[in-house]
Amino acid sequence: MTTTTPSTRKQSSTALSDTRAYKLGAVGGDWLDQRAAGGGFVKFFARKIFPDHWSFMFGEVALYSFVILLISGTFLTMFFDPSMEEVVYNGPYVPLQGETMSRAYESTLEISFELRGGLLFRQMHHWACLVFMVAIFVHMFRVFFTGAFRKPRELNWIVGFTLMVLGMVAGFTGYSLPDDVLSGNGVRIIDGLMKALPVVGTYLSMLLFGGEFPGTDIIPRLFTIHILLVPAMILGLIGIHLVLLVLHKHTQYPGPGRTERNVVGFPVFPVYAAKAGGFFFLVFGIITLISATTSINAVWVYGPYDPSPVSAGSQPDWYMLWTDGLLRLIPGWEFTIFGYVISLNMLIPFAFYGLLLGSLALYPFLEAWVTGDDREHHVNDLPYNTPVRTGLGVAWIMTYLIMALGATNDLIAIALQLSINDLTWLFRVAFFVVPPLAFFITKRLCLSIQRQKREKALHGEETSRVVRTETGEMLEIHAPLSDYDRWVLVQHDDYRPLAAGKGVSSLRAKASSFFFKDRIEPVTPAELRAALEHAGHEKHVIDEATGGDYRTPAEKVVH
Amino acid sequence: MNNTSDGSSSRGISAVAPKEGGGFPNPGLPPHTPRQADLSKSAEKRAERIVAAMFLLSVVGTVVFIAAYFVVTPTGMNIFAEEGTSSALWWSNLVTGLGFAVAMFFIGAAAVHWAKTLMPDEEMVEERHDIRSSDETREAATDIINDGLEESGITRRPLIVTAMVASLVALPIAVLAPLSTLGPLPGNKLHHTFWGQHPRQRLARDHDGTPIKLSDVAMNSIFHVMPEGLTHETPHHIEERAKAAAVIVRIDPKLSKNEESASMGVEGVLAFSKICTHVGCPVALYEQQTHHMLCPCHQSTFDVTDGAKVIFGPAHRPLPQLPIEVDDEGYLLAPGDFTEPIGPSFWNIHKDK
Repeated sequence: MTTTTPSTRKQSSTALSDTRAYKLGAVGGDWLDQRAAGGGFVKFFARKIFPDHWSFMFGEVALYSFVILLISGTFLTMFFDPSMEEVVYNGPYVPLQGETMSRAYESTLEISFELRGGLLFRQMHHWACLVFMVAIFVHMFRVFFTGAFRKPRELNWIVGFTLMVLGMVAGFTGYSLPDDVLSGNGVRIIDGLMKALPVVGTYLSMLLFGGEFPGTDIIPRLFTIHILLVPAMILGLIGIHLVLLVLHKHTQYPGPGRTERNVVGFPVFPVYAAKAGGFFFLVFGIITLISATTSINAVWVYGPYDPSPVSAGSQPDWYMLWTDGLLRLIPGWEFTIFGYVISLNMLIPFAFYGLLLGSLALYPFLEAWVTGDDREHHVNDLPYNTPVRTGLGVAWIMTYLIMALGATNDLIAIALQLSINDLTWLFRVAFFVVPPLAFFITKRLCLSIQRQKREKALHGEETSRVVRTETGEMLEIHAPLSDYDRWVLVQHDDYRPLAAGKGVSSLRAKASSFFFKDRIEPVTPAELRAALEHAGHEKHVIDEATGGDYRTPAEKVVH
Repeated sequence: MNNTSDGSSSRGISAVAPKEGGGFPNPGLPPHTPRQADLSKSAEKRAERIVAAMFLLSVVGTVVFIAAYFVVTPTGMNIFAEEGTSSALWWSNLVTGLGFAVAMFFIGAAAVHWAKTLMPDEEMVEERHDIRSSDETREAATDIINDGLEESGITRRPLIVTAMVASLVALPIAVLAPLSTLGPLPGNKLHHTFWGQHPRQRLARDHDGTPIKLSDVAMNSIFHVMPEGLTHETPHHIEERAKAAAVIVRIDPKLSKNEESASMGVEGVLAFSKICTHVGCPVALYEQQTHHMLCPCHQSTFDVTDGAKVIFGPAHRPLPQLPIEVDDEGYLLAPGDFTEPIGPSFWNIHKDK
């Protein structure tokens, strides 16, 4: 590894090697090095360079909120009792005194009402989960829109995708544990979905619940999945995610001095030790602040689970909304063949969940097939330079959002005093209309931005100062860009559609036409030379008219 | 690396267009702009003091957190509210939380401020290397694998290979055995409810278990009902409740659009399963004016004047009806089970069991 340290660094004034702490550190370092090759690790890792950008922090937020989940979750396991044994409540919460409930629900009440810091840790655990899922999604789409999933990072994209799915499983199994009415009906929905699967459905349901719904096994089983299986898988995949990150080195945004062959930024030690380490505490502090001031999942309001009651306005946590939304929007299609039921009102949503997730997981391979580009990419795309990819991403998000909004149709209907049936129909139509529209608008916007950036690269920044020459010609003064600023606007790759034949299938030709037929010619050096020449000529005319003083008459009066 | 200078790919035909005129030269790193703390000793001192102050603020937060854990508790001592009240819980959560938040946040803020103002902010450059191994490494790896395969004799001993594959294919099937013990087979469990297994049950109010007289049921009212005999002592009573839950509504018999459904009721009192035929939420909302029942989970809407047929939403089958009668004392009772299996559809729901 070769890392270039700027030569202008100022040297420390005090001799570090004379201090007591340094000598102690040297002894400890020697001890560790002889036993764990610590020196090699420090040499390899401590001066690794990571580029700096605000959008690179979402993955960090996800990682740190996962650590918070582990810490707060460990605290909760000390006091939560995942048992469906029936008990009669006689704790301090008056409205539920004398009610029959499961031990799981009762111990949740104990944690919330009687345990010191219990409510705080419960709320931190839940808030951290919501933040975890938001961070994963935003991180994922940062990677998507900047093309950071391209070779060599396809595998890491899959790992990250799997983490997102596991996060949803962790969330669902977790919020089902308190055994309250809201989450119980959520589990009931899973049971109903499962039963709709042809042939195996009822068997799967019986196996999961250990008999008929709800039985007495589901909470302990979800508990094991929630605190053992899923976190272990998440931890393992996070390990792989980070090892691959170090192996690939982080991507960077285009900028002067940044190439596909280097990485420009700051070293792990000391800058990122302080910045990223500090960021962990910031995330922890903010989640704690939210949990100290904002109530979440007040299960005592819902009451213990019983199969008969339900509350209006039943919504799952936000990251599960999209699954529930499609269940609400699908019409009641079901048919019977040879006496057997095919529940399309469940099977179509199932298939679509798979399609939506699968398209996201496999997108890197689709794009690589279309472009045929097998170079390594370490410099990120700016989203407007890839109009079709950006458009597809926005269309995906719109589909997801409409499904999520569909799951809140009852809340929206109440808030806006609208008919729930009209709203459902609105979302049904939007589900088909909005994503293509969003794709089209996004793509056109990207192309417009490209056009604007092209103008800017060639002619510089418009200053809004217009000069009229003696001949009556109107000229706007442009502030030329520096080479550094222009580089960002001219460095990107250009793609062209492929013609079918010569090893290109007609399908691939069509796909590449879909991706690249609308394109903005990138600036060429020859064009820039011509533009600069023209600008020089124009500047001459402007200087003649103004005498080189670009101030407006009003400004001249003031100064 | 496979990259060639003109941007074409070594694998096949690529949509990457070569850069016209060779593209632009990368101008290299821009000159570094120094920060205030780089230029002024006093700015540096100020930044140093801010960082130290924030670390100390974190200590204050820690002290508040620890103190609050003992003197602002939810059920015991609480200096802000009466013991054991909900406001004590509120204060406990707030003060412990704020203390902890401050303790955490300001360690982070101090570290980040330290890095941003006082640690070097001149960007450093690290070279990248190909992800792929060098040709020599690849060759060595190939040799190792070939040698290993040769040493194992896997290519010369088809008998062992076949047997091995057979054993590895057979083994995963073993997983099915322990899986099958997770739960019983469905059998006919999903086809019957408590009403059918214990015929001639009176209809009882769900919340207190008292039986309902026909005369109790006012026009346009709704009752949430369970079989009278289904109590906490009933084995598997929650599973039974999950299937037996029903509602009765009373509509003006003249409004009925469904002869068959009306004949299963008494004087316009009709009983239906409360479990939605979509995914099984309780259909708990009744709209008196329109005589619609609405499932709050996914808004399936059932018309009780027409045998609880679905008129909107994702459910397909009507809510199964529970035929009812009146006994000698005037109580409502169900002679048998629902007309159909209740709850979400499953593949053999229409098969007799």
